[in-house]
Amino acid sequence: MQTKHWQQRLLTLPPMSYLLIFFAVPTVIMLFASFRYAGEYGGLAPWYSYEEGKLAFDLTLENWQRLFETDIYLRLFAKSIGYAVLTTLLCILLGYPLALMIARSPRKHRDLLLLLVILPFWSNFLVRIYAWMIIFSPSGALTHMINSLLDIFGLAPISLMYSPTAVIVCLVYVHLPFMVLPLYANLEKHDPALLDAAQDLGATRWRRFWKITWPISLPGVYAGSILVFIPVLGMFAIPDLLGGTDGIMIANVIKQQFVESRDWPFGSVLSMVLTVAAVLAVLLGAKFGQQAGQTR
Amino acid sequence: MLEIKEITRNFDSFTALDKVSLSIEAGEFFTLLGPSGCGKTTLLRLIAGFDQPDGGDILLDGKSIIATPPERRPLHTIFQNYALFPHMTVADNIAFPLRMVGCKPDEIDQRVAEALEDVSLPDKGKHYPEALSGGQKQRIAIARALVNRPRLLLLDEPLSALDAKLREQMQLELIKLQQEIGITFIYVTHDQGEALALSHRIAVMNHGTIAQIDEPSRLYSYPNSRFVADFIGQCNLLAGTVEQIQNDRVRVELKGLGPVQTVIPPNATIEAGMACTLTLRPEKIRISSTLTQDEGEVHLKGVVHDMLYLGDVTVYKVELANGMLVEALLANSSAGRARFFEVGDQVEVAWGFEAGHLVMD
Repeated sequence: MQTKHWQQRLLTLPPMSYLLIFFAVPTVIMLFASFRYAGEYGGLAPWYSYEEGKLAFDLTLENWQRLFETDIYLRLFAKSIGYAVLTTLLCILLGYPLALMIARSPRKHRDLLLLLVILPFWSNFLVRIYAWMIIFSPSGALTHMINSLLDIFGLAPISLMYSPTAVIVCLVYVHLPFMVLPLYANLEKHDPALLDAAQDLGATRWRRFWKITWPISLPGVYAGSILVFIPVLGMFAIPDLLGGTDGIMIANVIKQQFVESRDWPFGSVLSMVLTVAAVLAVLLGAKFGQQAGQTR
Repeated sequence: MLEIKEITRNFDSFTALDKVSLSIEAGEFFTLLGPSGCGKTTLLRLIAGFDQPDGGDILLDGKSIIATPPERRPLHTIFQNYALFPHMTVADNIAFPLRMVGCKPDEIDQRVAEALEDVSLPDKGKHYPEALSGGQKQRIAIARALVNRPRLLLLDEPLSALDAKLREQMQLELIKLQQEIGITFIYVTHDQGEALALSHRIAVMNHGTIAQIDEPSRLYSYPNSRFVADFIGQCNLLAGTVEQIQNDRVRVELKGLGPVQTVIPPNATIEAGMACTLTLRPEKIRISSTLTQDEGEVHLKGVVHDMLYLGDVTVYKVELANGMLVEALLANSSAGRARFFEVGDQVEVAWGFEAGHLVMD
């Protein structure tokens, strides 16, 4: 008993210390930084001074007050959460039928189909976003086609590039596999006899889906939603490259604070809010997932 | 009530059902019995509607139901693993078929309560299926299938997942339930003992065809083929040739054993010179150490080759003159006496003329 206990601890030591050093400690540093003053040339100002034998702490709530001075940051948060929710919903809408199709296809085809789902991971994330920049570019075939169609109906041409639409399309594209994989893992385990039984007891195709397949798949839906929602909430590369001024998200502002404005403390404030939002989302998703799991 | 007409079902080059016809009466407990791969489950799925036949027709009360989808056939199936919905409570499971036809909530509550009462689990409504034992799941599956009074209940090896004791108890419950509600049961099993115990009539199936349809006792006493004789219960099969027919008696030349007399089987066309098999149930064979010369009996010499003590009975395997082993059952009627003979004992094997049943090959 005792030795088993020690072995378990030994095995969890590397991941635990990794998380402690690279996640917990930086988070605490960030939290602390959000109460400090910015340094003159970026970075942070000293947090205490020693003058005339007296120790003084140079800490402030200014950074946090600044968050609420205008509604621009809160609106940006709301917008980012909106983007993340929309992306998650679109991923469910597109990913669910795909996962269901793979789970119900003959066993010998499933591995190949799954491979196709994760195939995009074989090329670099940034390369794939650049590909979308080409697709959306004003001289691209897609824009040409849409605009000539619009022209027929006498409508003004549009630009696909640098718009919230471009950001959402790309966010969905990048995160779709994270929805499909947990959904597939869940759907693949469903007992086909349950659908036979439901049909036998009088359920039409539509009701078999909504009364049997969908409720049993909810833990998969929540798992996929967490995997999509959290990274989308903190995404800056896609809005940076495709979003223009309309399409920016909160993470772009955070990056701006650290890199361009050199205001680390305020950047820390925004980061903390984002972290709390993400943690809340995980807890919420885990709670629903657990509930759905319990009623199985 | 249910009529199956020349149903054929092919899977690629394999013929699962070959022009199968049978008709089932209202209120009957009808069993499809056969080894795995004989087509019994395929036939059940065709009746339920999960599969479409390649030929033939299925009539319910004189009307074809081939084109009716499973959800609109007035019959329900009990699946092998019960197929209870894991995300619903027991009460919601039972309410499912009622909700599908749009019953009122009050009526649903009342009928679910009645159904739970019927299967003697009145307080399990709020539980989830995973909290139930195998036997309880079985009962809930039955309650769910019967709650909206189908015309027909199909049962696909429903007891195969239960242990022997519980299975026997559930068999008795099924018989009682079927008698009480009077719904026609079509039961699929590969267990001949179960089929004999439960059914009014049994269809023995083999290689996609029906070998014999009869009542359990007739099936056991008068099998129409070697296959049925061998499949239902234990049976000694002695190959031979018909020699002579006299009144109600037949003289059969058994291979390597000489001539024996037996009675003419009912409904059989029989001619001298036909190849046949004498089927003999182990419990109808007598073995003794002393030679007797009763009239009306067949007497053969043998040596005890093997024995199997089963508690209530002992099975003796006796080697006959032609090297064939016949099985005989002896009840261990007196306490403490487990064996009458030892391996290697010279014994006499005897059976009455009417004990054997002749089948034509």
